[in-house]
Amino acid sequence: MYRVVKKRLLAPVIALLEVHAPEVAAKVEPGQFIIVRVDEFGERIPLTVMDFDREKGTITIVVQNVGYSSALICAMNEGDEFQDFVGPLGVATEIENYGTVVCVGGGLGNAPIYPIARALKAAGNHVITVIGSRTADLLILEEELTDVSNEVVIATNDGSKGVTGFVTDGLAHVLSQRNDVKIIWAIGPMVMMKAVVDYTRPLGIKTIVSMNPIMVDGTGMCGACRISVGNETKFACVDGPEFDGHLVDFDLAMKRLVFYKDEENRAKARLECDHEGGHH
Amino acid sequence: MAEKVKKVKIPRHEMPCQDPQVRAHNFEEVALGYTQETAVEEAKRCLQCKDPKCREGCPVEVLIPEFIKKIAEEDFLEAGTILKVKNSLPAVCGRVCPQETQCEIKCILGKKGDPVAIGRLERFVADYDIKFGESKFEKPVPTGKRVAIIGGGPSGLACAGDLAKYGHQVTIFEALHVAGGVLMYGIPQFRLPKEIVQKEITNLKEMGVEILTNQVVGKITSVDELMENGYDAVFIGTGAGLPYFMEIPGENLNGVYSANEFLTRTNLMKGYKFPDHVTPVKVGKSVAVLGAGNVAMDSARTALRLGAENVYIIYRRSRKEMPARDEELEHAEEEGIQFHLLTNPVSIEGDERGWVKSMTCLRYELGEPDASGRRSPIAIPGSEYVIPMDTVVVAIGQGPNPLVTTSTPGLDLNKRGNIIANENTLMTSKPGVFAGGDIVTGAATVILAMGAGKKAAESIDQYLKNK
Ligand SMILES: Cc1cc2nc3c(=O)[nH]c(=O)nc-3n(C[C@H](O)[C@H](O)[C@H](O)COP(=O)(O)OP(=O)(O)OC[C@H]3O[C@@H](n4cnc5c(N)ncnc54)[C@H](O)[C@@H]3O)c2cc1C
Ligand SMILES: Cc1cc2nc3c(=O)[nH]c(=O)nc-3n(C[C@H](O)[C@H](O)[C@H](O)COP(=O)(O)OP(=O)(O)OC[C@H]3O[C@@H](n4cnc5c(N)ncnc54)[C@H](O)[C@@H]3O)c2cc1C
Ligand code: SF4
Ligand code: SF4
Ligand code: FES
Repeated sequence: MYRVVKKRLLAPVIALLEVHAPEVAAKVEPGQFIIVRVDEFGERIPLTVMDFDREKGTITIVVQNVGYSSALICAMNEGDEFQDFVGPLGVATEIENYGTVVCVGGGLGNAPIYPIARALKAAGNHVITVIGSRTADLLILEEELTDVSNEVVIATNDGSKGVTGFVTDGLAHVLSQRNDVKIIWAIGPMVMMKAVVDYTRPLGIKTIVSMNPIMVDGTGMCGACRISVGNETKFACVDGPEFDGHLVDFDLAMKRLVFYKDEENRAKARLECDHEGGHH
Repeated sequence: MAEKVKKVKIPRHEMPCQDPQVRAHNFEEVALGYTQETAVEEAKRCLQCKDPKCREGCPVEVLIPEFIKKIAEEDFLEAGTILKVKNSLPAVCGRVCPQETQCEIKCILGKKGDPVAIGRLERFVADYDIKFGESKFEKPVPTGKRVAIIGGGPSGLACAGDLAKYGHQVTIFEALHVAGGVLMYGIPQFRLPKEIVQKEITNLKEMGVEILTNQVVGKITSVDELMENGYDAVFIGTGAGLPYFMEIPGENLNGVYSANEFLTRTNLMKGYKFPDHVTPVKVGKSVAVLGAGNVAMDSARTALRLGAENVYIIYRRSRKEMPARDEELEHAEEEGIQFHLLTNPVSIEGDERGWVKSMTCLRYELGEPDASGRRSPIAIPGSEYVIPMDTVVVAIGQGPNPLVTTSTPGLDLNKRGNIIANENTLMTSKPGVFAGGDIVTGAATVILAMGAGKKAAESIDQYLKNK
């Protein structure tokens, strides 16, 4: 079993969990993800690796409560165990010395962008990190990201911290000041990644995004995670999750995310019932 | 002689089944199994041939007349012992083997009438054995050799079982959260109850086989690392798990599944018990299944059980060419699956929100026989028609998953990406690395995969002795 050794709430609905999984920790690289199942009734839930400690044998994940299964995960405490914990999955980020790079994290995307920024900096890049959220309260991992970046730009929609606006405004601010940015990573909600690639496409700056479609097995067996990249069908779990954002069909990807909307609502309704009554 | 004539005249005993109207709405097993009386009567039909042709038809050469004799003598436990000499998953094979084209087609009784119901008897004995038998496994002398098996499907399980009998220490690395392969995630509960598969797996564990789940080889470890970390040999049985799509417009709309996803959500994740099991599976009012093999029949019948009102099988050729087993086709027909034969989809249309709304199909006719003797279908120009529907399940075949093969340098593959293994030894181009089952042959059958696992175990044993 895979025990939670540390838990920290980063925001009211966002939990950081450090989980004991030594074999996974020995192999994982930035950009990869894992799949967990809370219990024997559970869904297989994909989560990006935020940090890993090969010596302690732990993997850190950051989870946002958006529905039934993520609520169960966020409710886990130190000492609780996951039934299943599979990984590392997906292709690792291509870390090289590119020169000057920008890492854009939106909302929860700050978690997966963290190990990438750290590795890019360690590889000798000048790393400019642009992070954003709706308000200052929801901004996560600012301190950690500052530690692994050369510069940090913050954008909040309500202006409660940093630049007022979206991360794209923060990115525009960076790009207005420098013309040596070689490559950009943008990770966050699909709408945010789409906004970033729409912005960088005319500028011709290569932009990598990390896709998070609905998944089941995570090994290339079911095809649930298929997305369209440059008019070719790809399986995000084995071909990605990172892709050249300028080639991704985001409209399709966003439509596919609502496949199970009705069922998700039913599951969530049950969660609310369970709070009042008991559970299996 | 008189006795023989009498035997030929006894008709083959039918398999009792759940009523089609009832079973179309539940996930309970369709075929109920012989009673003791029926099994004994059926067993008495067997002529106990001196040169039994039936055995030649079985890929693992089950001792057919021998185990059937014991049924006739009502010594069911002994029948089970004999059965298990050659077949390590008899309760599975008795249910899903294509007996009619393997052992039974060769049965001498089939020349004049109906063959002995070998598969049904096999299932009867295996089920009896699960209920009343005790495992008589005697721990062999440990050899001190370690073998890693990648993939917990029938090939890997069979290989593990035999290696354990030889005294080797065996570890199975399985990517999913349970072992069993297609037996767990693909073949539905109503055809192969998962409890039976798990029972066979428990037996293996009792024999000392270690099963590690959640281990995606190619990611958490690799074949080379396994060899470096003290395994003396490796068997790859990773199956044919990569779903093919039609590559027609509309295939990424919401409502289009690969059969693997549809069946995995339903079987492995128990989506039919949603929301008690949390993984959803969605089936609309009208479902089209593309393809006509076992996988397609399983998908269609699953859709019906999940509550679909209309389920169509859409297939380019005619009924004669359908690759599914006859029994499955008959069951599907009885349950009310609708067949659109000589029909091929051209495109899938969606609504403005990205959901499947209909499929455009083209009618075909059969042309002249080609070199293989099959009459190939030819499209009839202008015959397009539109079927309204909300779900599509693509069941046109699977290929080899590349996770292991691409992470193993020096492993020779064929054009399709299957591993090339020596026909006799099942050794690959890498010394000490063996492979079998669907990853070598392409999608085939449980019994062939199992047979390959056993054959590989034998040559791994030889290899380890000579090492
Ligand atoms: C490769 C990958 C990495 C991911 N990394 C993280 C991570 O580090 N932290 C994290 O909190 N979440 C991550 N996700 C998303 C996470 O898996 C989903 O939020 C989770 O599956 C939702 O399950 P649920 O039952 O709580 O919500 P549901 O009730 O199933 O869904 C609630 C809402 O979330 C959306 N949703 C459903 N599935 C996904 C999905 N796979 N991705 C995005 N949105 C989805 C739906 O649109 C839905 O409206 C990742 C997803 C993928 C594929
Ligand atoms: C829906 C369906 C119905 C079928 N019906 C029948 C039938 O009625 N009769 C019949 O005889 N045959 C049937 N078949 C075919 C039969 O199931 C297969 O031929 C057989 O299961 C092949 O066995 P295998 O051991 O080669 O592979 P599989 O059963 O595919 O098992 C492979 C295992 O390897 C695991 N694996 C894959 N990659 C990795 C990795 N990288 N690391 C670790 N583990 C990995 C998989 O998770 C899986 O558990 C059916 C198949 C399907 C899909
Ligand atoms: S294993 Fe299959 S082919 Fe062999 S005897 Fe049994 S049912 Fe027939
Ligand atoms: S061929 Fe038929 S009759 Fe002869 S031994 Fe085999 S099952 Fe019995
Ligand atoms: S999640 Fe099943 S193929 Fe990607």
